[in-house]
Amino acid sequence: MSGSREAILEAIRKNHIQGDRARPNVPLFDQAAPADLKELFQKSLERMGGKLLTPDAADPMAPVRQAIVKAGPVLSCVPEFEGDMKVTPQTKPTDIAPVEYAVLRAAFGVAETGSLCFTEKQLLVNTTGFLPQHLIILLDPAQIVYNLHNAYQRPEWTQAHYAVFQSGPSATADIEGVLVHGAQGVRSLSVLFHPAS
Amino acid sequence: MTAELHEELTDPNADQLDHGAASSRPLKSRISEPQPRGAKVHGNRPIDQSEAANRFIAATEHEAMHDARLWDLRQKRDKEMHGIEEWEELRDLASGIKEHTLSKLDYYLELFEKNATANGIKVHWAKDGAEHNAIVLDILRKKGVERLIKSKSMLTEECGFRHFMAENNVEVIETDLGERIQQLDDEAPSHVVVPAVHKLRTDVAGVFAKTIGSDPDNADAHYLTECQREATRPLILSAQAGMTGGNFVVAETGTFVVCTNEGNADLSANTPPLHIASIGIEKLIPGLDDLAVFVRLLSRSALGSPITQYTSHFRGPREGGEMHVVLVDNGRSARLGMEKFWPGLKCIRCGACMNTCPVFRRSGGLSYGATYAGPIGLIIDPTFNVHKYRNLPYSSTLNGSCTNVCPVKINIHEQIADWRKTLAGEGEISPVKKVMMKAAGEVLASPVVYRASLPLGRSALRHLPHFMLYNKLNTWGRKRDIPETPKQTFNEWYRKNRKQQAEGGKS
Repeated sequence: MSGSREAILEAIRKNHIQGDRARPNVPLFDQAAPADLKELFQKSLERMGGKLLTPDAADPMAPVRQAIVKAGPVLSCVPEFEGDMKVTPQTKPTDIAPVEYAVLRAAFGVAETGSLCFTEKQLLVNTTGFLPQHLIILLDPAQIVYNLHNAYQRPEWTQAHYAVFQSGPSATADIEGVLVHGAQGVRSLSVLFHPAS
Repeated sequence: MTAELHEELTDPNADQLDHGAASSRPLKSRISEPQPRGAKVHGNRPIDQSEAANRFIAATEHEAMHDARLWDLRQKRDKEMHGIEEWEELRDLASGIKEHTLSKLDYYLELFEKNATANGIKVHWAKDGAEHNAIVLDILRKKGVERLIKSKSMLTEECGFRHFMAENNVEVIETDLGERIQQLDDEAPSHVVVPAVHKLRTDVAGVFAKTIGSDPDNADAHYLTECQREATRPLILSAQAGMTGGNFVVAETGTFVVCTNEGNADLSANTPPLHIASIGIEKLIPGLDDLAVFVRLLSRSALGSPITQYTSHFRGPREGGEMHVVLVDNGRSARLGMEKFWPGLKCIRCGACMNTCPVFRRSGGLSYGATYAGPIGLIIDPTFNVHKYRNLPYSSTLNGSCTNVCPVKINIHEQIADWRKTLAGEGEISPVKKVMMKAAGEVLASPVVYRASLPLGRSALRHLPHFMLYNKLNTWGRKRDIPETPKQTFNEWYRKNRKQQAEGGKS
């Protein structure tokens, strides 16, 4: 409806009474960033309802295996872990529905908020982040940034069509403020620090 | 289906966490009581907010829970604020970024359109709600869509979208829990962030028992949430299209951003092959640096949580998928030209002004009878219909708390006062107020008459019997005590104590 497009833009131009308003410069606010961001990331992740798994130097994937306590298909989207299912070029978004656990790698993490960033590159099919019952996530500690200002300097935003910060599991408190994990998305979210190979 | 199937639902650690909309301490309604309904809407007749508010206040359990929950969110917000040294700087930046963008809104809209189109998004423009609905219906019809899953969007509430789709035989499923509760109860959302905050758990149990077959005697929040998840999931999996709103639109990258706690926007957008986003034209911001400021402020201001559980960025359709954005004006371009009221367009719909407002907390969002309730509603609603919403700007004590918590520094309480002036100037004032204002005007216009009237009023307040002060005609006597009156007026005191001194000092 190109008529409306022109009408809206014309109305905006006619009603511009704001004068010149300069665009502010946004600082990074990262002078106070600690050298090791792992501790802050863990604190923020736990605040948001996520769990950090304890690494095992001798058997790096043992914590992932131990975190899988329920029966049901395990989907792996990472080369480090062998699951029951894999995403193939034929996989449809709804095919992920029966998955109990999905194992994913995050593109990066944000210490300020305990957030994990995924794009279609890590998710393979976008629903792998939301339709499984539980997520187990590998995060390279070298890929943690201090705050959201730093996070938006990353290259993912102009490379991917879809990118999401997931901060803890799905949550709601719409009924009397009672916190319930697993409103629509995942019921639990666990993170294992594991350098990318 | 029982909650026992999933022990994480009753995770003992979860009770200590207060992220998202969770309260920081246990708040539980003690009794079941019928839910008071919202304002009575009669066509274009002015909404009587105080009538609906009185019914909400009379439902004491509802009023107490509502007040406690929203005040708790306000306190959580304060705690987050104190944890961030640069908080006030972020508010200044957010306000400045929004003002800059609004001052060049045509430029940024065209920039977004160009970048989004280059990434494969189909951009549409709608001048009002009716055109928005027609555009979306056209897209759905072309794809033969019969079921649409949807995440929460205040804009679609503005457009009357659900009712329009029902008339056109498209089934719309709300996927946000609070919004779904409201949809199943055929009631509008009462708050921009927590749509069912005015309901007690027993109200929800009643709605779910009638609509999705839950146990009417089980009002456990975990149980009810799980029932909704199980009932909604097959609908998500079988829908042919998904719809979201948009919290922020980044012009330089052609990205729109959606913030939810439940992950329902991501499911709605990523599960079916077609994604439509309805977005108001005021949601634009220039770039990613700016986005960081707003993501840091939004959830902290709204709920006192560092970030929403999901912050989702859409820049183009996924492989084999289709993505549409409908940019909606619906009165916004006209508001841009309103000298006193254009800063209302900076609003990011966090609801902080509602959580802090003493009137909102005690009267419930549905008492406003409009899409937008609370302080922000008082200054936005009259731009949609000046006659119907002419009484709303009086539902405020002008205490200014809304302005103090606003993350984008909208001068809300000043605009409320300005609306009172504007409405009076346009003759949009109730008959009772008109008579009182005329009398007050005559008294205040003459210093002699004004001074003569003061001792009379003072003496009357001191000596009138209780029933004359606290009756139906004197609205100021309801729910509050009239303050103690001083023995003399300031003018009398000044003349006695200072006037001689002042005059002596001059000579």
